Amino acid sequence: MTFLFFFIFAGFALAGAVGVVMLRNPFYCMLSLVVHLISLALLFLLLEAQFVAVAQIVVYAGAVMVLYVFVVAYVGGGDKPDQLWSASARQKALAIGFASLIFIELAIAILGTALSALGTDGATLSANYGTPAQIGELLLTDYLLAFELASMLLLVAAIGAVALAGRRGGIAEDESNLSPRHTPVDTPSPAATGSMAEGVSGYGVTKPLPDPQFEGRELQQPTRAAAEDDR
Amino acid sequence: MSVNWYLLVSAMIFTLGAAGVIVRRNPLVILLCLELMLNAGNLALIGFSRMWGDGAGEIFAIVVMVIAACEVAIGLGIIVALYRRRLPVDVDELRELHG
Repeated sequence: MTFLFFFIFAGFALAGAVGVVMLRNPFYCMLSLVVHLISLALLFLLLEAQFVAVAQIVVYAGAVMVLYVFVVAYVGGGDKPDQLWSASARQKALAIGFASLIFIELAIAILGTALSALGTDGATLSANYGTPAQIGELLLTDYLLAFELASMLLLVAAIGAVALAGRRGGIAEDESNLSPRHTPVDTPSPAATGSMAEGVSGYGVTKPLPDPQFEGRELQQPTRAAAEDDR
Repeated sequence: MSVNWYLLVSAMIFTLGAAGVIVRRNPLVILLCLELMLNAGNLALIGFSRMWGDGAGEIFAIVVMVIAACEVAIGLGIIVALYRRRLPVDVDELRELHG
């Protein structure tokens, strides 16, 4: 039974990985990676690492992928037909050759070790293997330094991401020298747009707002005031 | 069941990720392929952790996930900054660091 589940999940994980590499639209690549991550989490469950499986789904397939969705939606990139198929033949050949070299090396490493002599079916597990209790205990005792360093790293990465992608400062500092991107905010709207005067008496887009010094009179009775001026 | 199977799947995923990093030109997809490679490492770590019945591999896997999250945050920040400066979001056209 475990074998059956293993092959199903491994098949989905590999199909997801192939999809990430082969699909043209970055958005579909990302969805394919979500499939990959979820089936990988199921493989973790088969290995009885419950906490890591849940963290994989919540952190990876949830939070990180939402970040990707935002950036893919912002940058786009799905417009142009990609990229993979316009890659030069030399590059593709290089990629395939390099990847098969890596795979052969890994296969030699796996087969060439004495793992098969060790009885790799796994040790008998203690009752709390893979539970949050065990993970938490290990993180706060044996691996406290790694835990603290990881938290510092997350903080630095968050600051770095804000500094890189923030609108002011950072790498985008000379943004104003480039041709400005047109946004609705930049369009000068007539005075009184969105004010009470526009709603009540139609000033704004169609009628310009009268001069401020005549504002009181004109707003009350513009026609009669004009008539008095003539007289 | 033997940990060798998991190691084999891990090796295949790592290989696919490495090929993707080389062949793709969109930096977003390159980041996704890097995720594939990190996940392959995670699978091997969890497999070895199960084999020894020891929790250390799981801690390593969690630390790898933290590293991956940092890498995604910084990488996506760089991509957004590229896009803001109207630079092409294509690694083959960004040759300034090429030397």
